[in-house]
Amino acid sequence: MKRGLIIGSFLSFVFMGLACISFLWVPYDIETLDIANKLKKPSLSHWLGTDHFGRDIFSMIMIGARTSIAVALLAVGIGVTIGVPLGLFSAARRGCFIDEIIMRGNDLIFAFPSLVIAILITAVFGASAVNAIVAIGIFNIPVFARLTRAAALPLWERDFVLSARVCGKSEARISIEHILPNITNLMIVQGTIQFSLGILAEASLSYIGLGAQPPTASWGRMLADAQTLVSIAPHVALVPGLAILLMVLGLNLMGDGLRDLFDPRIKEQRT
Amino acid sequence: MNLLNVKDLSLSIGGVQILQDVSIDMLSGEIVAITGESGSGKSLTALAVMGLLPRGSVTKGSIWLEEKDILTTSEHDLCSMRGRAMGMVFQEPMTALNPVKTIGDQVAETIIIHDRVTKFDANKRAADMLQRVGLTVEPSRYPHELSGGQRQRVVIAMAIALRPKLLIADEPTTALDVTTQARILELLKDLVADFDMGLLIITHDLAVVAEIADKIIVMQKGCIVEAEDTHELLSNMRHPYTKALFNASTHRVTLPEYIPSLPLLSVESVTRTYNLPRTSVFGSRPKLQALDGISFHISHGERVGLVGESGCGKSTLTRAILGLEEVQKGQITLGGQPVFSQKNLNMEVRRKMQVVFQDPYGSFNPRHRVDRLIAEPLHVLENAPVGKERGFAVSKALEDVGLSTTDANKYIHEFSGGQRQRIAIARALIIEPELIIFDEAVSALDVSIRAQVLDLIADLCQKRPLAYLFISHDLSVVRTVTDRVIVMQFGKIVEQGQTEQVFSNPQHAYTQSLIAAAPKLPEVTYAIETV
Repeated sequence: MKRGLIIGSFLSFVFMGLACISFLWVPYDIETLDIANKLKKPSLSHWLGTDHFGRDIFSMIMIGARTSIAVALLAVGIGVTIGVPLGLFSAARRGCFIDEIIMRGNDLIFAFPSLVIAILITAVFGASAVNAIVAIGIFNIPVFARLTRAAALPLWERDFVLSARVCGKSEARISIEHILPNITNLMIVQGTIQFSLGILAEASLSYIGLGAQPPTASWGRMLADAQTLVSIAPHVALVPGLAILLMVLGLNLMGDGLRDLFDPRIKEQRT
Repeated sequence: MNLLNVKDLSLSIGGVQILQDVSIDMLSGEIVAITGESGSGKSLTALAVMGLLPRGSVTKGSIWLEEKDILTTSEHDLCSMRGRAMGMVFQEPMTALNPVKTIGDQVAETIIIHDRVTKFDANKRAADMLQRVGLTVEPSRYPHELSGGQRQRVVIAMAIALRPKLLIADEPTTALDVTTQARILELLKDLVADFDMGLLIITHDLAVVAEIADKIIVMQKGCIVEAEDTHELLSNMRHPYTKALFNASTHRVTLPEYIPSLPLLSVESVTRTYNLPRTSVFGSRPKLQALDGISFHISHGERVGLVGESGCGKSTLTRAILGLEEVQKGQITLGGQPVFSQKNLNMEVRRKMQVVFQDPYGSFNPRHRVDRLIAEPLHVLENAPVGKERGFAVSKALEDVGLSTTDANKYIHEFSGGQRQRIAIARALIIEPELIIFDEAVSALDVSIRAQVLDLIADLCQKRPLAYLFISHDLSVVRTVTDRVIVMQFGKIVEQGQTEQVFSNPQHAYTQSLIAAAPKLPEVTYAIETV
């Protein structure tokens, strides 16, 4: 049970660590081309080899981690900061017209194929990391809004909320003081899972050239650049592919592990 | 030949000793009751007999059911014994039934699993069994269409479908109303005589025990402290714990005399109807009349009880009085001001009223510390104490309810049920409200804890005039802590008057049936202590 959480957190923190280190130091500057050393196999000087411009792949993975994590994190941030208050508000006004409007609006966003709309947004407003963040973030809003509302609804029927109402506390105050602390666990778990989905979405967008623009490295574009070279230098495609896989796997394992850790019902079964 | 013979049964789970040298003998046709407070191990004893102990249990001793030792029988053999040799009835009839299967199918299922009979025969036997337990509804009905009592009858039918020799009933009537409880107990008694079964009944309710059992086993902390024939036990109680238990369940408190004064809360012909979900797509929505022209008042310092069975509108009335819900007709005023205000909460009303709920586990936010929980109502005060003063207020409230001031820094899960209910009372008292609503506030507590909480309430009444509305289904509790009582049925008040008068001379037929149905503890005498 716990093993998944440990492996997951380890993988996630390795990549986050790489991303943080890349701000201070990278083995090679990825903006200088070194055509003479192109498509080198992994060696001591280039740990993961070089790509078709002779750039160090390990350095690019580090910078790419930075891009992926930044985009995904900010997108989840958008989802949480808009979605959670919407969900709380909706739950506080459950059954009212405004609740209906918010939730049907959610359904509307859910009904759109998220990646296609993200492509549309980035295509219309220009391909850039910021637009990718916004495009992915919009689709995180209904996820958090719906989850928050669903988790908050039963809490509103609990006696401690009733007694807070008897004490004359307003809906907003109860939402913040009583409802929010009791759904934080759930939000952390969902946040982790949305984070991994965000990484995938960012990779997809940059794969088709609509994510962060060169010279900034990103895993998706590294994959796209390497696809024609798979037969000559498979490691150039393999490394960014593995990076995406491991990061998403790590976050998913961590999310699952956190959910088991926080859920008292599962905890009881385990003992 | 004994039907069931439990010999020196000891049980530990995860290194914690749960049962110690429990021995039970019972004959067929006998009703044996195990009683004790929560944590005494009575339910686990029953599960041990069913062979349903949780994983990780370590047992010693033996459980002989006729020729077989349950503890050494393999799971496979136990499966064929469950239902055939022993049946079980659970406390909560709603969760014990599968909501998506008809009641007939659920009874037939037990028959099909054990006897190789055709579906048709099984259904026929199931229908007969349902009739035997006194159900008048069709076997094609679903559990949600039935009342609590009817569901419990279905559960009983399932348990006795194969006429087991031993029936185990774990708190079979705790979730039921008193009048339903009386009928279910009657049915169980009748079935035992008819089928010559042994009935092992587990209950915390001593009045039920005294009424139904041939033999009583009193358990405390995993040990049997006293096991005697009912008559013998009641006329000659030996163990101090048994005495304490019986004393606590007949516990009476002395309230200070009520001096008639001005009305505080007045409820004037209040009506509340709920729209139920549509039964057909275009049909109009059926209506439920939850409150129908309710009128009463509570004066300053008056202690009023409200009794009635589930579905009589008690909860709706509570919510309406607390101003959590709007009523369609009529008016509820507290100190002359309406309790329900649309948008802006009327702080003046809020300052005068507090509530204590039933469930000691659900009434607190598990993420706050006790001081914050207790201080919650303070914000309705105009000049709420801050900083040190707030700390003093919290300490005083804790001391008032008999807790220590150091408890303020603990989280709620560190407290027992009784302590939590004290904390709930402390929270209600901190702003010194004029009216407290006790919504089944002692129903979830063990008898000895309940007695302490009742003492605490009486004590608080001595200290300062306190008006409360005490809502409960437990008539004996209402009788001792109230001056006046209101009886509700189907959203209407059928009778109200001075508590003693209503209880000793009920006028309305419903009140009479309620009081008659409530199980009564017989007069008990104690053995003379020999030194």
